Amino acid sequence: MYNGNKLSPFLKGVLVVGFLFLYIPIISLIVYSFNDSKLVTVWGGFSVKWYGSLFQNEQIISAVKLSIEIALASATAAVMLGTVAGFVLARFKRYTGSTLFAGMMTAPMVMPEVITGLSMLLLFISLEQFIGVPSERGFFTIWVGHTTLCMAYVSVVVRSRLLEIDKNLEDAAMDLGARPLKIFFVITLPLVSQAIASGFLLSITLSLDDLVTTAFLSGPGSTTLPQVIFSKVRLGLNPEINALAAITVLVVGVIVLVANYLMLNAQRKREQAIAAAMREAEPVPVAS
Amino acid sequence: MSLLKMKAKFRLGKTAVISIPYTWMLLFFLVPFFIVLKISFAEQALAIPPFTSLLQEEEGVIRGLSLYFGNFSFIFTDELYAATYLSSLKVAFFTTVMCLLLGYPIAYAIARTDPARRNILLMLVMLPFWTSFLLRVYAWMGLLNENGLINNFLLSLGVISEPLHMFHTDFSLYLVMLYAYLPFMILPLYSHLVKMDVRLLEAAADLGAGPIKAFCAITLPLSKNGIIAGSMMVFIPAVGEFVIPELVGGTDTLMIGKVLWNEFFDNNNWPMAASVAIIMVLLLIVPIALLHRFETRELEGKGNV
Repeated sequence: MYNGNKLSPFLKGVLVVGFLFLYIPIISLIVYSFNDSKLVTVWGGFSVKWYGSLFQNEQIISAVKLSIEIALASATAAVMLGTVAGFVLARFKRYTGSTLFAGMMTAPMVMPEVITGLSMLLLFISLEQFIGVPSERGFFTIWVGHTTLCMAYVSVVVRSRLLEIDKNLEDAAMDLGARPLKIFFVITLPLVSQAIASGFLLSITLSLDDLVTTAFLSGPGSTTLPQVIFSKVRLGLNPEINALAAITVLVVGVIVLVANYLMLNAQRKREQAIAAAMREAEPVPVAS
Repeated sequence: MSLLKMKAKFRLGKTAVISIPYTWMLLFFLVPFFIVLKISFAEQALAIPPFTSLLQEEEGVIRGLSLYFGNFSFIFTDELYAATYLSSLKVAFFTTVMCLLLGYPIAYAIARTDPARRNILLMLVMLPFWTSFLLRVYAWMGLLNENGLINNFLLSLGVISEPLHMFHTDFSLYLVMLYAYLPFMILPLYSHLVKMDVRLLEAAADLGAGPIKAFCAITLPLSKNGIIAGSMMVFIPAVGEFVIPELVGGTDTLMIGKVLWNEFFDNNNWPMAASVAIIMVLLLIVPIALLHRFETRELEGKGNV
């Protein structure tokens, strides 16, 4: 709804206040991660010692490793299942149980995590009672939990992209005699590759960040990073956590910036290609 | 291949494709709710797992079904539970209202910025959402503390002479809830507002409507679906929020997510936790249905855009 005018002073003020509110806490975290004092909020001079002690903290290092492994495994599975789910939601209308399916794909995104965590745990306990697997809680159970949560997000991203793109392309391929499976892999999948990529990134961050569902699904030997952070910050401020936060913000910020730049670039190129194709397709006026 | 055969093959393929994610969600999302329902009628027991079986068995033969209603009757008769559910709904409601009051003007301003800068602003809204939720809540612990940054700052300015008590109060709870849930409100609102045809506002102005009248008559109704979707995106998870009340809320803050967590992890009372969850799900069914309806409408282009 851009109208070419400048924003009113009120709206400008709102933007400034809004972004200050969003960013002051994050910036203060980073600034005070360089605080020499153990009292996190009382400035005692510049120091990077908390970063040093962070990298020597074996509990944190092994939790980071486990969290990254779970995130990669869950995001991979979530992208595969979520893409299929998004495709089903966008392209298949009215089959038996379609309303239930659409509901099941929306609910995990908003359902309070204490509920999803508890219900999945009770499922695993029942499965163990009746069929003997999974025999313990750990990597596998957390992976299932995160995959279920993340695939809902992936399906939304993929579905909205599929609803945007021209279904005629798929129909044309069908008319030309291509099999449905071939159409999916040759036409549909490349068109939604960007949505899949952002779904993958989103899944990674969701999985890396999840505390509550994980708490229900993890066992004694599987402590993820958010669980370590939570157990530490429950006791109060902790300078190592500030250092960890600063690193997280830096890594996430760089990845999001690069991904955003690449996507905008790809979009621009595609638009240019379409424009060029349109120019060529225009009938050339015959001379004389 | 005859057309009929091809059609049959296509239908088979379609069913196969649907069944992959369908089976996953049935098994890992829907079936668990029924197991929660089952266990909510069990009794806590000193066993592994720590609850009684509903089936009475004797020498491998099922003799009958024993349902224990004690959990539910306790929840309905104990005043603390009623107060906790009410207080969770209240906190979620006011969080939603605050997010709407702050999020609407932000989303509106971004939608009216020129397209080149829009993407940057939108990314700035998304960025905190991508960084860790837990760490963002932690950031407020450092700001709101008795000797935290806000108090230090105000003390050094001489505005206050002794530290304000903000940490572990309702104030800190609402502030951090607003902070954590704000992006969930801004994004759906923005995606509705950006699609609005600004010529409608110009027409209204030409016909003599003031900006406030034009806003109430045009912008607000046109963004109705966005308001509902955004509000549900905030309200539903906020009802069961655990981390924020645990880390920054007052010790007397009653939140049902915290109660469920304590019943499960501290009291090891799994049937009670299950009963608490069942009632929470019942409370949330209507908001979830609302969200689902408006989200589907929006995506399938039936919204009044």
